[in-house]
Amino acid sequence: MGELAHGAGGQIPAAEVPEMELPHPHGWWSTYVFSQDAKVIGIQYALTALAIGMVALVLSWLMRLQLGFPDTFTFIDPQAYYQFITMHGMIMVVYLLTALFLGGFGNYLIPLMLGARDMVFPFVNMLSFWVYLLAVLVLVASFFVPGGPTGAGWTLYPPQAILSGTPGRDWGIVLMLLSLCLFIAGFTMGGLNYVVTVLQARTRGMTLMRMPLTVWGIFTATVMALLAFPALFVGAVMLLLDRLLGTSFFMPTLVEMGQQLRYGGGSPILFQHLFWFFGHPEVYIVALPAFGIVSDLISTHARRNIFGYRMMVWAIVIIGALSFVVWAHHMYVSGMHPWFGFFFATTTLIIAIPTAIKVYNWLLTLWRGNIHLNVPMLFALGFIVTFVNGGLTGLFLGNVVVDVPLSDTMFVVAHFHMVMGVAPVMVIFGGIYHWYPKMTGRMLDDTMGKIHFWVTFLGAYAIFFPMHYLGLLGVPRRYHTIGETSFVPASAADLNAFISVVALVVGAAQMLFLFNLLWSLRHGRESGPNPWRATTLEWQTPETPPGHGNWGKELPVVHRWAYDYAVPGAPEDFVPQNEALPPPAHVAKGEATA
Amino acid sequence: MDTAPLHAPDAVRPAGWHGVVADWSSDQRSFKGASWGKVMMWIFLLSDTFIFGCFLLSYMSVRMSTTVPWPNPSEVFALEIAGTNFPLILIAIMTFVLISSSGTMAMAVNCAYRRDRGKTTALMLLTAVFGATFVGMQAFEWSKLIHEGVRPWENPWGAPQFGAAFFTITGFHGTHVTIGVIMLLIVARKVWRGDFDHERPGGLTGRRGRYEMVEIAGLYWHFVDLVWVFIFALFYLW
Repeated sequence: MGELAHGAGGQIPAAEVPEMELPHPHGWWSTYVFSQDAKVIGIQYALTALAIGMVALVLSWLMRLQLGFPDTFTFIDPQAYYQFITMHGMIMVVYLLTALFLGGFGNYLIPLMLGARDMVFPFVNMLSFWVYLLAVLVLVASFFVPGGPTGAGWTLYPPQAILSGTPGRDWGIVLMLLSLCLFIAGFTMGGLNYVVTVLQARTRGMTLMRMPLTVWGIFTATVMALLAFPALFVGAVMLLLDRLLGTSFFMPTLVEMGQQLRYGGGSPILFQHLFWFFGHPEVYIVALPAFGIVSDLISTHARRNIFGYRMMVWAIVIIGALSFVVWAHHMYVSGMHPWFGFFFATTTLIIAIPTAIKVYNWLLTLWRGNIHLNVPMLFALGFIVTFVNGGLTGLFLGNVVVDVPLSDTMFVVAHFHMVMGVAPVMVIFGGIYHWYPKMTGRMLDDTMGKIHFWVTFLGAYAIFFPMHYLGLLGVPRRYHTIGETSFVPASAADLNAFISVVALVVGAAQMLFLFNLLWSLRHGRESGPNPWRATTLEWQTPETPPGHGNWGKELPVVHRWAYDYAVPGAPEDFVPQNEALPPPAHVAKGEATA
Repeated sequence: MDTAPLHAPDAVRPAGWHGVVADWSSDQRSFKGASWGKVMMWIFLLSDTFIFGCFLLSYMSVRMSTTVPWPNPSEVFALEIAGTNFPLILIAIMTFVLISSSGTMAMAVNCAYRRDRGKTTALMLLTAVFGATFVGMQAFEWSKLIHEGVRPWENPWGAPQFGAAFFTITGFHGTHVTIGVIMLLIVARKVWRGDFDHERPGGLTGRRGRYEMVEIAGLYWHFVDLVWVFIFALFYLW
């Protein structure tokens, strides 16, 4: 199939990347804690992200308890509810998804998939994790300060974010903004590493157009993050100054409790622009690694070369570029000029084209493939379904006239949870089931995995499908209690109770997943080096889990792209990237060539 | 080790755009001539450009949207010397000093690649002195404005965003210059001790030192100067 197009021909060039100077660990602390090994750093990132993600999960339970059974849980007052919403959103988007995809998968997979011994700057890489951990700790600290965490909503819009009526106004918002600045600083250190490693430290034979799509997704997302996070950083710094020094970047003249505040003349819309100039690329910072990983999962577990590899790469790059010119579609109701709305609606809908190309290519990869319905594949398929679903409602919300009535309803909540909550999380799970054997040498338990998948997948639909309907009814988002309205029927309360019960069940299934992670560490089946019979380099390491420096004495040499599955004439149904071209079929069978 | 890349001695690379295409479709390195450290600094500077870009755009945005008159920079930033009022005199000197420091930095890079330890150290120290002078004059300017009643939240002449944007942006830039001065001093010390001649490992990273570090520090320094040109144009000349 693809071997002639992407693999064959050409000499293997001489080495241009000198042997890497690796920092060698001395003892337990520098091996497992203050490690400069990207694999350890990746696992540290992933565990930290999962831990803080658990906090966000519990917060979502509390919110659902309130929405499903209002007036039952008295400790969830409106203030607490807003705090739960804010922290849930910010943790899930930034501290879980971004950190896990780029810091976790990025660190673990980039050097292995490219045939490098490590990231190019291991010390800076280690620093990146510790600054990230500090950011997480500062964020967690806001739960324990007087007034609690901020309740400004995850978008932190001023002026309300720093006015005295908002919970967490004294300490919470300050810690949140500080934590974000730290996160950005830490991410920048890691991000520079990922980008330079991809650009400058690939092994011999590894051209950009032979990289697995996982690396393409993470690479593009990292470049985007390096350009998008500055806007959040600037917004956070200025909001912090508004809060602490009393500047008026974002604060207009305000009267509070009959008293005019000292603020005046600032522009709240400016913050929205800065926030969403970060916020929209952020959606794709999370989505692109998911696209990449899911491409590799589908190809491996359907034993088919990826359909349209070049188109897949260009689609990733184009989506990344376009995502910088769509941000104001989050601001249709902010009062901006309708012509801007028209422009941003157009760019938003154009993104559907490269995205649709990717979805079609996934389906065409599956077409007539030898599909193994194992756990990673199930999650990959679950991703395609949930992502298409969320993408379609995105077409509704991308249009100004449809968005205006739907804005700030549960429809929006359902949309973004489907497209950038459930879908990327599906890929995270799929990726963990897929690469856990490489990280530990043992398989995750299959039965637990399947239960985990079906409960999560069906549960996600049971939660978010009805939520679209609630949104169409006009149920607003971010309301502690709806109370009695003329347009929301009483049955909406029953639906809310149903959603809440399912949410608790889905949450419980995640405990099963965590248990599986721990249990399989000791009791999992031994996996061997390449349990999925995959082609990419990380499965070809001499040791499993890969040792210090990844490759033993000799770096691998790449001869082909990452998707040589079911190649006619090859001895097995996959050809690893570092294997020289097998002789053509007729030579192998001993037929005369003359 | 991230020294300059190895090249096959007989390697022939096509010129111009064909060369760019060939490099990007090749294996191993996309920027054939650049070391890891240099590529990292360039990408960091690109990211930092977005930070300053966002700051300056925000400043322009609040300046244009405020309904209160903006203080007149020619008057605000004037100095009275010997009874005469010089508009923008201090800024002119500061800008001159900073631009000169870019010149000495470039000369230091040149000397570094000639392995002239003495001259390199001297020129880097001179650059650092220029940088410190700049920060010192900035401190003088800040204290003068503060004496005249300018605060981040108010000022006697008009829009309160003037002080907010001024202190935030020049403060952020001044921090960059200060970090640059510290970096120059550290690298100058390494040059003086001959660390780069003996490829002595760095204290934190354990990586062998190279004269290229002078150039990488220089990239940062030139960037900080360039940013100042924009701040100068948009703050003092607008």
